[in-house]
Amino acid sequence: MGAFFILIAISILVAGSFLIAFLWSVKNGQYDDDYTPSVRILFDDTIPTPKKSINTNQNTIKTKN
Amino acid sequence: MEEKHFCCEGCKQVFLLLNENDLCVYYKFDENPGIKAKGKFVSERFGYLDNDEIANKLVQFSSLTQINVTFSLPQMHCSSCIFLLENLHRINEGITKSQTNFQRKEVFLIFNPQKISLRKVVELLAFIGYEPSISLQDVKAKKQTSFDKKRIYKIGIAGFCFSNIMMLSFPEYFSAGNLDQIGLKETFTWLIFALSLPVFFYSASGFFITAYKGLRQKDLNIDTPIALAILVTYVRSYYEIITGTGVGYLDSGTGIVFFMLIGRWFQDKTYDSFSFDRDYLSYFPLGVTITTNGEEKNIPVTKLQKGNRVIIRNEEMIPADALLINGNANVNYSFVSGENTAVQKKIGDLLYAGGKQIGGAIELEIIGKASQNYITQLWNNNKFEEKKNAEKSFVHPWSRYFTLSLFTVAIATLIFWWINDVSKILPAVSSVLIVACPCSLLLAATFTYGNMLRIFGKNKLFLKNASVIEAMAKVDNIVLDKTGTITQNKESSIIYTGTPLTANEIFAVKNIAQQSSHPLSKIIANSLISKPHQALQIDNFVEHTGKGLQATVNNINVKIGSASYINYYNKNLDTSKKGTEVYVMINHVVMGKFIVSNQYRKGIREMINDLQQNKFILYLLSGDNEAEKENLNLIFNNKTQLAFKQTPQQKLDFVKSIQQNNKNVLMLGDGLNDAGALLQSNVGIAVSDNTAQFTPACDAILDGENVHLLQKFIAFAKSGKKIVSIIFVISILYNIVGLSFAVQGKLSPMIAAILMPLSSISIVILATIISSLSAGSIGLLQKK
Repeated sequence: MGAFFILIAISILVAGSFLIAFLWSVKNGQYDDDYTPSVRILFDDTIPTPKKSINTNQNTIKTKN
Repeated sequence: MEEKHFCCEGCKQVFLLLNENDLCVYYKFDENPGIKAKGKFVSERFGYLDNDEIANKLVQFSSLTQINVTFSLPQMHCSSCIFLLENLHRINEGITKSQTNFQRKEVFLIFNPQKISLRKVVELLAFIGYEPSISLQDVKAKKQTSFDKKRIYKIGIAGFCFSNIMMLSFPEYFSAGNLDQIGLKETFTWLIFALSLPVFFYSASGFFITAYKGLRQKDLNIDTPIALAILVTYVRSYYEIITGTGVGYLDSGTGIVFFMLIGRWFQDKTYDSFSFDRDYLSYFPLGVTITTNGEEKNIPVTKLQKGNRVIIRNEEMIPADALLINGNANVNYSFVSGENTAVQKKIGDLLYAGGKQIGGAIELEIIGKASQNYITQLWNNNKFEEKKNAEKSFVHPWSRYFTLSLFTVAIATLIFWWINDVSKILPAVSSVLIVACPCSLLLAATFTYGNMLRIFGKNKLFLKNASVIEAMAKVDNIVLDKTGTITQNKESSIIYTGTPLTANEIFAVKNIAQQSSHPLSKIIANSLISKPHQALQIDNFVEHTGKGLQATVNNINVKIGSASYINYYNKNLDTSKKGTEVYVMINHVVMGKFIVSNQYRKGIREMINDLQQNKFILYLLSGDNEAEKENLNLIFNNKTQLAFKQTPQQKLDFVKSIQQNNKNVLMLGDGLNDAGALLQSNVGIAVSDNTAQFTPACDAILDGENVHLLQKFIAFAKSGKKIVSIIFVISILYNIVGLSFAVQGKLSPMIAAILMPLSSISIVILATIISSLSAGSIGLLQKK
């Protein structure tokens, strides 16, 4: 029956680690925005790597490098 | 252009920019990704961002090589927007990171100030169509999100402790208190004790604080009995555990805290992307361009002094009362007066703050500070200093009766056991206080109102908080604004009556109307369709401001304008005013007239009939002139008091005068000119065609397309009180069951532990189901 004490300790520890994980994820901002990441994940890889030759004359926007 | 068609030059330029940077997938994500791009704009508009003082107020972090800043972009609306905004670093190297938050409609940017300036970043955003809304208010009020997180921590901790305590209590219940193993019972008890501490001292702290604050102001608020119940539960349990006489009621005690925290969180969930507290500051620019001896400089608007010369460009707002020194002023005062017409001003005229210049740049001399002008006087009024007195919820009297009857029962129990068995006084009285927690009472209100807020939200009425529902249920008088509220903001309907015009005549009228910047001319020009490619020759163009215009187009003499302008008095003097009339005279013969009238929103007439049938008293206040009177009388069945040419102050006073007769006023308005009245009224609803736009301070924001549901919204709000009352009765039944155990001194921890979650959960479910059913029967649950 002594196993009870060990099991109780383990169960509290396991549950506690989940609590800590939860608090950490809240603090980390993982629940701040529950929509954008679901869209963001679809974007990667679909874009070809940009060629780095910007030649343009409508330069109100662009800063020259 | 790779055979692509663009609606305007702006969109084309955006495409070019994206194409260059290989970002054209943008156009693939959504069917209609583009927002109306502004394209090139007067680049001086964001000049104030070069001023360090202003820039420093906006940024969150700033070093030599890195600046962090968050902008709110109300135009964000689809997944393509996210894509484009998160790929800003491909467009400009200086931007290292951009991360959007779609629900808040915000973008967080990190950029290198050595490669790109804050102003250039804002200009880039504006160029691709996402002009950040930067206002004085954004600078003044820093957002606080840590408060919300604290609440979630509290719920998380309470939930963890509650569930573990429940688990650890099971052996006790099932063994009926006789655990064989030596030390096991003590271990469980002390573990429970330890787990309850964070709930008592951290999670429940909010209840104690509000109860204490209430008591200091000699007010028994709803948190008082809750705090008392929690306190008694914990004190008795701790006493039992420490003295070794029992196991206490900590499982129920933590459960109560957990459920109530969830209830509050559910009710108070707010709409992140809306702001309900905007005042005039939101409408004013952050910086202005002043000129001293021909040299232009940007200064913060707060530093503006009397005597400064400022430059106001197209679409910019006049920051303070000023005299016109130079330029062609064409000022739209729709913010102030509600009348959406630009007014021409002469040099030397006084221009009030809040007007928007349309056309070229003008130079003004400031005669007062930005904070002391005609329009802000409204807000400097004391009325706006004090917060709207928080409506006393009808839940509060209930909780007071509850507390009083609870004490009566407790005292009766005390007297009973005093006579019969003194040893049972303490257990019986304390268990009365433990079991009769108004927890279920509170849950009934929080979950009903929380669910109602969501249903309102689905119908695009976004309430500031749950107390607005109760305020709405009391409404008996409704004040409506006209322009933008019951009428469509932009679309006007236009009808031509008279001798039909030939194709050449139509062409002539269209082209002469195009020459003028008067809104009526623009509406007429846009409504006429004629063949585009025709030789065009306009001679002798004369515009008489406020009257009309004339010219000779391809040898046709055209005169359009008001009746007096073309001397059209004697023939068929038609007094039926159904809109603004513009007469057309061709070669000195009166041909007919255009009637330009406002386009009313869908379903407005039905809504007004419904409201009138339900005995609501309606009023209409308009900043506009009486041109629409006839139409409005038709819509309102001649039963409604109509007032025209109302200033913001008059609107406010009008609402006040109704309230003085003990009436509850709901005000429906849109512009800044209604802001005073919205704040004064019991329920101020701001109507907005684009909910992302700025709205004046209000209690609720309603999407323009759902204005016609107003009567249903009020009916639903009224049903809310009934629903809460029904559930109150049920929760009182639970309390009676619990109390019947308690007064006998027979409340075991197990009965408490069964009763508490059972009552809480069943009440939560009932509150949600009944309120949804009610919404369904009123017709607010239809899917589109």
